[in-house]
This record gives sequence, structure tokens and C-alpha cells, in this order.
Amino acid sequence: MQEPLRLLLSDAQAVDSIEFVEEARLARWSSEADSRGLSLTIRGLRKSFGDNEVLRDIDLHIPSGQFVAIVGRSGCGKSTLLRLIAGLDQPTAGHITFGEQTRPEDIRIMFQEPRLLPWARVLSNVEVGLGSQRKSADAKARAEQALVEVGLQEKRGQWPAVLSGGQKQRVALARALVSRPRLLAFDEPLGALDALTRISMQRLLERVWHEQSFTAILVTHDVAEAVALADRVLVIEDGRIANDVTIDLKRPRERGSAELAGLEGAILRDLLQGADGTTDL
Amino acid sequence: MSLIESLPRLRTLRLPRADGLIQWIVPLLILLIWQLACSSGFVPSRVLPAPSDVVLAGWKLLLSGELVRNIWVSFWRASVGFAIGGGIGFAFGLANGLSSLSNKLSDTTLQMVRNVPHLALIPLVILWFGIDEQAKLFLVALGVFFPIYLNTLHGIRTVDPQLIEMGRIYGMSNAELFRRVIFPGALPSIFVGVRFALGIMWLTLIVAETIAASSGLGYMAMQAREFMLIDVVVLSILIYALLGKVADSTARLLERLTLSWHPAFQNGED
Ligand SMILES: Nc1ncnc2c1ncn2[C@@H]1O[C@H](COP(=O)(O)OP(=O)(O)OP(=O)(O)O)[C@@H](O)[C@H]1O
Ligand SMILES: [Mg+2]
Repeated sequence: MQEPLRLLLSDAQAVDSIEFVEEARLARWSSEADSRGLSLTIRGLRKSFGDNEVLRDIDLHIPSGQFVAIVGRSGCGKSTLLRLIAGLDQPTAGHITFGEQTRPEDIRIMFQEPRLLPWARVLSNVEVGLGSQRKSADAKARAEQALVEVGLQEKRGQWPAVLSGGQKQRVALARALVSRPRLLAFDEPLGALDALTRISMQRLLERVWHEQSFTAILVTHDVAEAVALADRVLVIEDGRIANDVTIDLKRPRERGSAELAGLEGAILRDLLQGADGTTDL
Repeated sequence: MSLIESLPRLRTLRLPRADGLIQWIVPLLILLIWQLACSSGFVPSRVLPAPSDVVLAGWKLLLSGELVRNIWVSFWRASVGFAIGGGIGFAFGLANGLSSLSNKLSDTTLQMVRNVPHLALIPLVILWFGIDEQAKLFLVALGVFFPIYLNTLHGIRTVDPQLIEMGRIYGMSNAELFRRVIFPGALPSIFVGVRFALGIMWLTLIVAETIAASSGLGYMAMQAREFMLIDVVVLSILIYALLGKVADSTARLLERLTLSWHPAFQNGED
């Protein structure tokens, strides 16, 4: 009988308090840290796989430090766009430019699967994220610091196999964060988690984004998640950006508030209309 | 309620210690029945010697130094043949798993050769090498080659491509990718090959030593047969079994040490 209650409590503890987020935001505005995020400009981007033209003519500017969510029907090309931004695939036409010179460690991507090495302990898995700085003297210390940020320092010596799905995803987040990236792309990182873990992970994402002020691009199926987290929601349809909604709400946002629900409803309606009757989101 | 709750705890407490003993009850019982059947004359000693006679024969051969010499010769052939065949198989498995050019060049040929049972080559091998050491080493190496080759290749091919992509994203060089992702990922499959190969190794050696040898355990058994020393024959068979068990246990131990991350090995037992 007590199980669900305990779960709730421990999750609430894992999630950080709202004051913390607010503090971090103030710190961010008052320092030069806000120049850390990478701005991004996409011009005339196209991507085809054989005859299948997935993205046609995407134009987009994302300012430094913005939190952008991308929603759209399954198969509309969200992952494709993200992989192009992360440099994992080459565009068929057009180009993607960043505001400044970038190193490989500046751009990180996180997937729906944690993709941890099963044969490496949690800490070594996080060290992988350091990229070319993996051999530096402070590699271990930095990895430990990243684990602290996601609240998993006590799991440093464990094998990934013994972690829960949410914990694995937090290790993957630590691995993505450890190189202090300036742009972080998320491809449905919370898609496989249960509702409660999802909410706690959403708050974690929001907090690290505040603290580290990187530019965040989040692909998600969940419109509620998009409006709760993002400064701006992009709706992709027929390979184009069909809608670009600015979410101008104060943070921290109250889940279930009328404003969020209203925005969510508007975006959902928009998506369903574009779906030509099929409601397969 | 409390009874049901306490049951599983009791079982887990008692099992680990009892387990070690329980598995020896049946072999000991068989040994006892065997001994009784022989010493009572129920089984004539021409058919099967009593365990005590086998032990006695072993003791005599041990004192004369013959036993140790023959075991050593067989052990040496097994390990050298395994090292050669396993080494080449592993190298081909790596090459064909990592390079599609190498795979195109050699895989079809190897798959064709695989269909020839290596023991069918014995007459040919005797013509080539006589009953020299090379003959036995060649046969063992050939027998061991395929399980190791096939399982190494399979292991490398089935490493999760998402992990490989992850390694590339995080800037691993080819060497690092191999060391940190591909090789550890292929290791469970390589061990399957090793354990399979160990079985083939002893089998090949038994056949080869029985047919064409002038030393070794198989030879000792064949000599004993000519002089009707049935206790020595049984002794050789038992030693073969023992060596096979030792090889398999060593492989298991190595497996447990290197695959401790694997969920299947996290409780000690496999
Ligand atoms: N490597 C590839 N080769 C061929 N076609 C591909 C490849 N990757 C994606 N596609 C095609 O591109 C289209 C868009 O795929 P993508 O994975 O970007 O969709 P998505 O919006 O991420 O969908 P989901 O929400 O289901 O993840 C699909 O029709 C898919 O079949
Ligand atoms: Mg996708």
C-alpha cells in the first residue's frame, strides 16, 4: 500500500526545487554566461532518401540559448532534421551554420535509447562524453561533477544493466553534459519513460538548461511537454515548418495551468487539421 | 502469511551451500554401484575393471612416469593446436567482421571449406605428415578454426550499431572504437566459440592420437588395448574426460571474469 506514496516522494526529491531554477536563471542573466549557447541558422535545407523527399526547404534561425521544441506527426522528418543539425547526416541541399566556430564537443545529441556501453561502469560511460578531452587529467573529476548534476553520484560504480530506465537516461544526460556543450539536441529522450519519471526528467532538463545556458532543441511527441519546456514550438508538416509558436510564459511554468492547456490545444488542433483526417500523431 | 513469506528466504539461505554437495551425490553413487558390481563379480573384469583397479593402474603409471609424460604430450598438442587454429580463426573473424573487402574476398571460400568434416582429412593428413606432430596439430587447428572464426565474425557483426554510432558521435578513433565498443560487444559470442572449440579440440585429439600417434593419451589407450590392459584403457578415457572438464571450467572462469558486466553473470552462477 505504501509503495506508490514512497515513489512519489523520492521522485519529488530528485526533482529540484523551483527556487533553484529561479536562482540559476538570475545567475545566468547577470553573468556573461548567456553568450555560451550556440546560435543556429538553417537556409534552404533539403533532405531526400532516394525518391523520398523528407525535408523540403527549411529556413530557421535559433538564437543563442533558446529552448526550441519540434513537434509533428510520426515520420515527418523530425529525427532527420535533428541528425542534420548534429552533423550525423549530410543535407541534400542548403546549409546549416552556427553563430561561431564549433568544436565537436560543442554539439551533443541525446536519443530515446540511452545507448550506454553495458560493459563500462556508470562513471566510465560518462567519461566517454568528454570526446577528445577524455585523456586529460581532470577527466574523472569532470565526469563525477556531471553525475552530481543529474543526481546519480552514488551510482558511479554500477553497471548500466542494474539501473532503471530513467536512471539510464540520466546517465546519458550526464554524458551529453560533461563536455559542456553549447548546443544540445534531444530526440525524444523521455519517450520511453513512465509519466512520473518523465515529469521529473523534464524538470531536470529545464534545470540544466538554465544552469548551463546551452541552446536546446527537443524533438517530442508530447505537445504538453513541448509547451511546458520550450520558448518556442516548431510544427513540422510536409517537410516544412508549418507553424512557429512562441511560448511567452514565465518560468517556472505551472503544469496544468489554463494558459499551457490553451496553447497545447491550439497546437494539437493545428496538427490534427494538417493530418488530412488521420489522427496518427 | 508469515509462513509463505519466510519460505523463499529459507531457500536462498540454504541453496548455495547445499548446491555444492548435491551435484556430487549422483556421481559418487554411480561410482559406488560400479565398485560393488565389479567386486561382487556381477560384472566380469574383462568387460569393466573396478574403479579401485583403475586407480591402481593410474598409480603404477604415475610412478613409472609414463602417465605424466603422455598427459603432457596430449596437453601440449591440444594447446598448441588450439592456439594456432584459434589465433588464425580469430584473426579472420576480426578482419572479415571489420572490413567488407576482406569479407568479400575470403568468407565464401571459408564457408565452403567448412562443409568438409575435418576428421575426413585424416587419411590425407597421414599421407602428408605421416604420424608426426604436425599431423595432430594440423587436425586440431583445423577443427578449432571454424567455431572461433564463425563466432568472432558473428559477434562483431551483431554489435549494436547504435552503440557504434554513439562512439563515433563522441569522437572515438577507429582503434578506440574497437577497444571500447566493438571488441567488448563481440566478447560474449567469442566465448561461445571458444567453449565450442575446446570440445572439438579434445575430440579431434582423441581420434588423431588413437589412429596415428606414437605417444599421448590416445596412444597409451591403444597400446593398452593390444595387451588387454582394460584398466589402462578406462583410465585414459577418464583422463580425457577430466581434461575436457578442466578446459571448460577454465573457459567459464575467464568468461565470468571478463563478462562480469553481463546480467547473466551478475549472480555468480551462470
Ligand atoms: N536512413 C534513412 N534511409 C531512408 N529513409 C529514411 C532514413 N531515415 C529516415 N528515413 C525516412 O525519412 C522519413 C522521416 O523519418 P524520421 O525518422 O525523421 O521521422 P520522425 O519525424 O523522427 O518520426 P518519429 O516521430 O516516428 O520518430 C521517414 O519516412 C523515414 O522512412
Ligand atoms: Mg524520430
